[in-house]
Amino acid sequence: MENKIKKRREPLIHISKRISVAAWKAWLIRLGAFLGALTFIALFVYLIFGINPSDLYSTMFKGAFVGKNYLIPTLKAAAKLLCIAVALAPAFKMRFWNIGAEGQMLAGAMAAAFVMREYSAMPNWLLLLVMCLFSIIAGGIWGLIPAVFKAKFGTNETLFTLMMNYIAAKIVDYFYNIWRGAKSALGLINGNVLQKDIYEKGYLRYFWSGKNDSVWYKSEDTWYIIIIGIIAILMYVYLKKTKQGYEIAVVGDSQNTARYAGISVNKVIIRTMIISGAICGLCGFMTVSFQSHSISSEIAGGYGFTAIIVAWMSRMNTLAMAGVSVLVIALENGSQAVANAYSTSTGFPSSTASIIVSVFLMFIIGSEFFINYKINFRHISAKEVA
Amino acid sequence: MSDIPAAIEFKNITKTFGSITANSDISFEIRRGEILSLLGENGSGKTTLMNMLSGIYYPDSGKIYINGNSVSIKSPKDAYKLGIGMIHQHFKLIDVFTVTENVVLGLPGKIGLDLKTARDRVTEICKKYGFELNPDQKVYDMNVSQKQTLEIVKLLYRKADILILDEPTAVLTPQETENLFKVIRNMRDDGKSIIIITHKLHEVLAVSDRVAILRKGEYIATVNTGEATELSLTEMMVGKKVILNIDRPEPLNPVKRIEVQGLSVVNAEGIKTLDDISFELYGGEILGIAGISGCGQKELLEAIAGLQKTGPGSSIKFHPTDDIKDVKSLIGKTPKEIRNYGIALSFVPEDRLGMGLVGSMGMPENMMLKTYNEDNSIFLNLKNPVKSAEEIKNTLEVATPSLNTPVRTLSGGNIQKVLVGREISSVPAVLMTAYAVRGLDINTSYMIYDLINEQKKRGVAVIFVGEDLDVLLAISDRILVLCGGKSNGIVDARTTTKEKVGLMMTTLNNVGGSQDGK
Repeated sequence: MENKIKKRREPLIHISKRISVAAWKAWLIRLGAFLGALTFIALFVYLIFGINPSDLYSTMFKGAFVGKNYLIPTLKAAAKLLCIAVALAPAFKMRFWNIGAEGQMLAGAMAAAFVMREYSAMPNWLLLLVMCLFSIIAGGIWGLIPAVFKAKFGTNETLFTLMMNYIAAKIVDYFYNIWRGAKSALGLINGNVLQKDIYEKGYLRYFWSGKNDSVWYKSEDTWYIIIIGIIAILMYVYLKKTKQGYEIAVVGDSQNTARYAGISVNKVIIRTMIISGAICGLCGFMTVSFQSHSISSEIAGGYGFTAIIVAWMSRMNTLAMAGVSVLVIALENGSQAVANAYSTSTGFPSSTASIIVSVFLMFIIGSEFFINYKINFRHISAKEVA
Repeated sequence: MSDIPAAIEFKNITKTFGSITANSDISFEIRRGEILSLLGENGSGKTTLMNMLSGIYYPDSGKIYINGNSVSIKSPKDAYKLGIGMIHQHFKLIDVFTVTENVVLGLPGKIGLDLKTARDRVTEICKKYGFELNPDQKVYDMNVSQKQTLEIVKLLYRKADILILDEPTAVLTPQETENLFKVIRNMRDDGKSIIIITHKLHEVLAVSDRVAILRKGEYIATVNTGEATELSLTEMMVGKKVILNIDRPEPLNPVKRIEVQGLSVVNAEGIKTLDDISFELYGGEILGIAGISGCGQKELLEAIAGLQKTGPGSSIKFHPTDDIKDVKSLIGKTPKEIRNYGIALSFVPEDRLGMGLVGSMGMPENMMLKTYNEDNSIFLNLKNPVKSAEEIKNTLEVATPSLNTPVRTLSGGNIQKVLVGREISSVPAVLMTAYAVRGLDINTSYMIYDLINEQKKRGVAVIFVGEDLDVLLAISDRILVLCGGKSNGIVDARTTTKEKVGLMMTTLNNVGGSQDGK
């Protein structure tokens, strides 16, 4: 009996689930939410700090996109966020709530840093390869452990993956402190210019160090962004076009249906979590080798959690994630630029930047409610008589 | 009866859900200090009626009187205030709490919790009615019977005068059942009114004072138990035979296809949901499965499909066809392994979206659910699935905005067409359907019957699990009757009567249970 309708006294407002919604309508609602957020923040900032909305938004835009010093950091940070969101996509599509991307990335970064520091005698191409491989394995293991426990014992993956974050962070802290020794900070790994044979070993830029590096392809940032872009495209194809992607979607929809279809649910859970963890690990490798050239437990920077929002807002579409990642980072960097520009003149505190980002996210995520549900008002005259 | 008002009186109660009338103009009463059995087939409206009494539903029209006063029960809270309590089949207890803690849970009161007084009252109630319950025991340490006792104590603690028990004996052993009946009688003698929803006729006769019978949403009669027999009750419950115009071709040279021997299934709670089932299934015939819902139908089909762990000594054998040369055992095989044998086994499960289909996907992706992995490519091939989706859409007239519309958003009938269509298009050797026409309108139902009959003519061995006895008697060649997870025999659907099948569904090992229709 699917059409059971409970008839009670009808309230003034009631909320019903939409069966389906046209794509243009959904985008119109999202656009409305975005404009709503713009208006709300403009009013808020104008009333409290007296900053003119047009100044506010032009400062935000410039701080996020205009000029090399602003555009590149935005894109780099967005790429990192995108990479983690892409890693989460298959797990979330399977309804496996992996909130351990932070730990999986740290595990990968740790493995990369370890190889980089301990085996710096290898030729650089080999060193990079080994770092990459170990990162993928470490991240994969960090994803595998909660998956095995989930598959075999039915443990709660949310708590498990969350706890794995702290374990990874503490391992990183441990090595950080050992490697740092008596110094106040670790500094760059293989960063001592006097140790010529290992100087910048394990860095991508080792290949062109000391030579003309102003061309676009001799930039670690470029490769960081390009490789992550490629990963996003590959993941899109994997989820949409391959049999494994299909299996993930079936398991995510109904495990009973998966069993009925002859899919081994446990196998899919474990395989998918290895992939999810491995991509986080790979992100850790690239961040160490192309970006930070060092390690600390702060290297993931909370992106493992922000990426959850990105993945959800994109509805697991990894191409849409690219746009959403840029948006989120642009909001962060733009708001920070506003804080920098106005903190002395108007007393605009830098923490207000976080409020601006949060308001935007609230509006946009909140709009999903109006996409999924319809608000009905009671029509008193048209009240049905049963 | 004297002029003391009845504990409960239903007057012209009607309740509809969309186009389905669950209760139609029901009027009867329950007296104080009596045990009343509410009897009826699946879908006869018993649960709906009781839900209105316990405040889960509200009647569309009609009135309920409690002790002679007209009342309006709008929520479970109202029911509680009127002293009405219901015990559901699935207990609502907190495992890590003790008996006393569970009893006081949810009661209004001050911030401070006086567990000691509560404990004393629980002990007192137990003593009064003869319950054996330790007030300090944790629920996770208790067996099913004790949990049920706790549910009853919970209601008595809340001073309920009217107790509704929904199939209370389904999970009990005969001895526990006897104990339950004893305390029920004690409660009756204390002046409480007890309503028992049950399908088991011998229990109805053993425990109740009167029996009220519902059929297809209508009230039939209330009889004194002393004047009733199992046969008279069954007749009232199933009603007169309705002649349906469903085709039933004679089986053409039937060959043995599946042989089930001593099949048993134990569920996660350790209860035997299937017990020692044996039967043979022939190609070209339809074997109907009759039984009250939850009597092992689901487990039986899933065991054959490779989705249920079977108990020791079970045997399911697939007999050779043109393509498969030797006998294959299906025990312990996964659906994939069965398919790899080359056995085309089609299964339309009861839970369409939860097991048969992927609700969030469109028709083509659902078409390839069992076949997506047939080639060696790592990529999906959507060409054939799209073609078969189009075919099914056209031949079965599936109403869908587009092929890619998520099947979840289609109507129940169309979802069923997609599922049945896919299962039949795979040219099966065995077709199993569970409640194939549940919730469908007449036209769609007949379309499904025709599809199943076509498969029968093709020589497919069909298992048809149904709930409407008229349909089962009209479409099946033979009917296997399940009763509480046990086989109660196989009857010839052409010669048997509705009463006989109804009786076999409700009473184990009764008249004519053993004659094989083959």
